Amino acid sequence: MGNCGHTDPLIRLEGVTFRRGDKIIFNNVSLSIPRGKITAIMGPSGTGKTTLLQLIGGALRPESGHVYYDGLCVDELSERQLYVLREKMGMLFQHSALFTNLSVYDNVAFPIREHTQLPEFFIRYLVLMKLEAVGLRGAKDLFPSELSGGMARRVALARAMALDPELIMYDEPFTGQDPISMGVLVQLVKKFNDALNMTSIIVSHDVPETVSIADYIYIFSNGVIVGEGTPEALANNQNPHVLQFLKGLADGAVPFHYPASHYEQDLFQGKEEGVMH
Amino acid sequence: MIIGSVQGLGRVGLRFFNQLGESGLFLLKTVFQKPRLIKATPLLIQEIFFVGVFSLPIMLVASLFIGMVVGLQGFNILSQFSATGELGQLVALSVVRELGPVVGALLFAGRAGSALTAEIGLMKTTEQLASMEMMGVDPLWRVVAPRFWAGVISLPLLTIIFCVVAVFGGDLIGVEWLGIDGGAFWSNMQASVDFHNDVLNGVIKSAVFGALITWIAVYQGYATEPTASGISRATTRTVVYSSLTVLGMDFVLTAIMMGGW
Repeated sequence: MGNCGHTDPLIRLEGVTFRRGDKIIFNNVSLSIPRGKITAIMGPSGTGKTTLLQLIGGALRPESGHVYYDGLCVDELSERQLYVLREKMGMLFQHSALFTNLSVYDNVAFPIREHTQLPEFFIRYLVLMKLEAVGLRGAKDLFPSELSGGMARRVALARAMALDPELIMYDEPFTGQDPISMGVLVQLVKKFNDALNMTSIIVSHDVPETVSIADYIYIFSNGVIVGEGTPEALANNQNPHVLQFLKGLADGAVPFHYPASHYEQDLFQGKEEGVMH
Repeated sequence: MIIGSVQGLGRVGLRFFNQLGESGLFLLKTVFQKPRLIKATPLLIQEIFFVGVFSLPIMLVASLFIGMVVGLQGFNILSQFSATGELGQLVALSVVRELGPVVGALLFAGRAGSALTAEIGLMKTTEQLASMEMMGVDPLWRVVAPRFWAGVISLPLLTIIFCVVAVFGGDLIGVEWLGIDGGAFWSNMQASVDFHNDVLNGVIKSAVFGALITWIAVYQGYATEPTASGISRATTRTVVYSSLTVLGMDFVLTAIMMGGW
């Protein structure tokens, strides 16, 4: 991996195509995620944003094309090599995915205990530091069922950060949060990225929050990248998909109506059938 | 019409063998892991506690009543031949050879198998397994393997306890209540029960049942469709499949053992 200088992007996707059944999720997508920056992947629900994270983590393999992590071809690694690679990645799941039978403390300690031989007193230092960083040191003895949604996500964030990963992936970190927790999370994502010099990928459709902290944004629609650039550049983008998504318009490039047969025809057809039966 | 039914049969067959292969690979990956005793031992002990110790109450109650019923039924029949002294032999042999391993396994499938499926299924539904994978921890090692081995270890032990309590139940009815001579009851039992052919074979049976039930349970949980109805279907399947497998396998094992392996 000596050929990877720090100007290289940490992650590159080259001509990645992926489909679920007959539905094409990604059609020949190429993109790169720069080191030390916050890159946002945005787009309407169902455009495969989470799938993209799974491709990077090696949980899914592309049909064609390659995913590179620091020069390593992720889709060609064996399962055992993947597990080693994932120790360098942290991921915040959409529903937090805390282990329900472990306390907050043990949840954060879990990856440290699994991957290191550190003595327990040292693990305690690390866990308390991570929990202090997300403001939940006082909640260390609670169980996940006793936490609010926002708190659970902060614990999950502390757990994802437990091994100080190079890369952290956020899957819809702001969805379903009240304004206060949302503000806290936005601030934490930014703070961690800057303070720890990590690379962050945020998958989200919460436009204002994401735009406020992202360094670079990719906007997906129907399996292709419809817009990319810094937040300022995207604000001036005239692509109808980008405009509709950033402004939240009900109708536009993505139509309000799901494809259907002619409305009047559909109504009368139903009536005729009703008479006939 | 005929072609349709043949096609249907083929589809069912293909699906069955597909699942069998998948679950077989799953079992191999679970069993053949790099041994890490220091980390694995506490996990295994914890799971034996959940799977084995929590199944004890139901086993104790069920075995006591089964021993009592066999004692009562046996006494009624044997008394027609004035052979009530053989009651000890009857109770011990039927319990050690068949009732202990089989009924114990069926109870175990209902009590522990369903719980394993529901637990692993819920962990999958709430993305706990996926998050473990993303942390670089293999859920097959961390979640599935300890539960599988706990089942394989627990069921034979539970079955031994089952047999002991059932024999005690037979004694309670035969000797204490119906007044058979205790000496005849116990000495007849001692004379007729063979350690290798009866006791050891029963324990071997229950070890096989334990492996089958927990294999089915952990696989169904791991392969569950991640929805509420998916978990309920997987739990039902665990109980149905493992009960049928136990009964079918019991016949096969009995046939092999009778043949004098």
